[in-house]
Amino acid sequence: MRRTLFEGLRRRPLAEAPPRADDAALAELAAQVDCAARRRLGRSLAIREVDAGSCNGCELEIQALNNAFYDLERFGLRFVASPRHADVLMVTGPVTRNMREALERTYNATPHPKWVVAIGDCAVDGGIFSGSYAVVGGVGNVVPIDLHIRGCPPRPMQLLTGLLALLR
Amino acid sequence: MLALTEIVSQGRRVDCHRPWPRVIVTADAWRAIAGALGAGRATLLGLWGETTTVHMAVADEQVSAITVASIDCPNGMFPSVASLHPPAMRLERAIRSLYGLEPVGAPDTRQWLDLGFWGLRHPLGNLKPSVAEEPPYAFLPTEGESLHQIPVGPVHAGIIEPGHFRFTANGETVVRLEQRLGYVHKGIESLMQGATIERASRLAGRTSGDSTVAYAFAFAHAIEAALNIAVPARALYLRALMAEFERLANHFGDIGAICNDASFSLMHAHCGILREHVLRMADACFGHRLMMDRIVPGGVAEDLKPDGAVRIQDTLSELRWRFPRLIELYDNTASLQDRTVATGIVSADLVRQFGAGGYVGRASGRAFDARKALAYPPYDQLDFVAPILTEGDVNARVWVRIREVEQGLALIEQILQRLPQGPIAAPVTASAGRAEGLGLVESFRGDVMAWVALDGERIARCHLRDPSWFQWPLLESAIEGNIVADFPLCNKSFNCSYSGHDL
Ligand code: SF4
Repeated sequence: MRRTLFEGLRRRPLAEAPPRADDAALAELAAQVDCAARRRLGRSLAIREVDAGSCNGCELEIQALNNAFYDLERFGLRFVASPRHADVLMVTGPVTRNMREALERTYNATPHPKWVVAIGDCAVDGGIFSGSYAVVGGVGNVVPIDLHIRGCPPRPMQLLTGLLALLR
Repeated sequence: MLALTEIVSQGRRVDCHRPWPRVIVTADAWRAIAGALGAGRATLLGLWGETTTVHMAVADEQVSAITVASIDCPNGMFPSVASLHPPAMRLERAIRSLYGLEPVGAPDTRQWLDLGFWGLRHPLGNLKPSVAEEPPYAFLPTEGESLHQIPVGPVHAGIIEPGHFRFTANGETVVRLEQRLGYVHKGIESLMQGATIERASRLAGRTSGDSTVAYAFAFAHAIEAALNIAVPARALYLRALMAEFERLANHFGDIGAICNDASFSLMHAHCGILREHVLRMADACFGHRLMMDRIVPGGVAEDLKPDGAVRIQDTLSELRWRFPRLIELYDNTASLQDRTVATGIVSADLVRQFGAGGYVGRASGRAFDARKALAYPPYDQLDFVAPILTEGDVNARVWVRIREVEQGLALIEQILQRLPQGPIAAPVTASAGRAEGLGLVESFRGDVMAWVALDGERIARCHLRDPSWFQWPLLESAIEGNIVADFPLCNKSFNCSYSGHDL
């Protein structure tokens, strides 16, 4: 173990240079994020991820944000276990009818001020799953959305870019 | 007692079903097959419905010969399989919830997948409006002194899928776990009905995102069988290349995540790096990190990028250099071994009874790997072993993955060396009338089954069976007698799919 740790110290960090904030995402957001809230949060956001019906592809790429390449925490963004500790809900999937109530409850358990980021094409309007008896549709049908990050699934770089817009 | 083959040979053969036979059987023969399953003379591969028919895919114990038996139930009833073979229980409950077909004599008649929010009942059967009041879901009763219950989920603490777990514990020790799943039920099978082959393939690839390659692969097999399509050699090898990329990426992710749930985050950090290397390689080779929609009926949608081979060699040498050190780290860290060894044991009898595939089966001595048993191309041409262990604990499930990573690296090298030139897809021409096909492909998690009935160019019915159906119930057994704090560890060592199961 000692060898692995020492090697880790000697190696250059793997982390990618931070991407520039995505202009489109920024524009979508600008209206909602007011300066006061930004000052209150500082450069620190706690994120609670909620899978509201995803195929789990989006989860894989969100998990990747924690690996050494993307290293989300260096931007002051981190995932928390409880919605009560969260500033941001990151919601994936078409919202299934079976998850609707759980999503609403999670949203209500998150203290103000709060933002909702919808991740993936499914989260926009249900995507390929829209029209099913078991699907409500996009995340916006259930809770108000502040930011969309599209893709199927969005790459970690796209996720980072979108999220950084939340901070700037 | 009649052998399975005899029971089946008495049925009425359906001509349009390929590559394995499908027969329509009587209620007596149906019961006899269920009996053979219960007696351990056959393995259940799947049980699913169609408007007024129930199908059951069974195989001999080596899973070399597969048969689909079907029973017509115009009056909406069929003899329960679960009454003789408990592993059929959840599948049967799902058929009841989705189709309204009644398994007569079923030991458990509670709804499955239907949590009461759809606004209708039996969405795939003859649609009926929602019955007003269904009694609240009753979890199994537990009796005994000083027991308490811990409900967990559907929303879990972590970046994972939703599901509900009901623990009954005595102090720290879990006495019973009962799962309730269905939260991410998206109605994939209803969306399949009437879909074009192209759309259906995309849907299949989104049944469980972590196995998108395997699902598209199994679905393609089913379509190609139904329509008698010969896939070009290059496409066969490219499919296997993608399937092995997917296996590697998931195994790296799992090994790291299991160690992380034993609070050993160093392994997690390093395995995360290896996983990222594989995903970037996949992206560089096929233009998508998870390789979604790259396998299509007829072949593959994307050829290996010109500099792909070099990229693969580079990544392989990186992985070959780093991974052995991590294995050593895993093996030499006593505090980690203390958590994984002898934790969450699944017995050999149970995995055999359930026909559990993947690392869950192979860590408990069940020597089944669809790549070996069915030897679908190009695996019939490739040299590899399916590692088997017998301890059945978390540690064994980690080691099966470690060994499979090593096999995977060797497989990728072989595929690259033998990759033939030529076209990457054959045209898909639908025939008039009904054509049916079955595909079984080994995902990183176990065997994925796809069954398709085509009506001309459109999908009449498609059923996808995730390996998790036969693994989730075993997790309930694995955690029994372990402490609550070891549940995340056990759960991760299974890494069952919610979305694949919930459909
Ligand atoms: S956007 Fe794509 S990856 Fe994400 S949940 Fe939907 S189908 Fe899966």
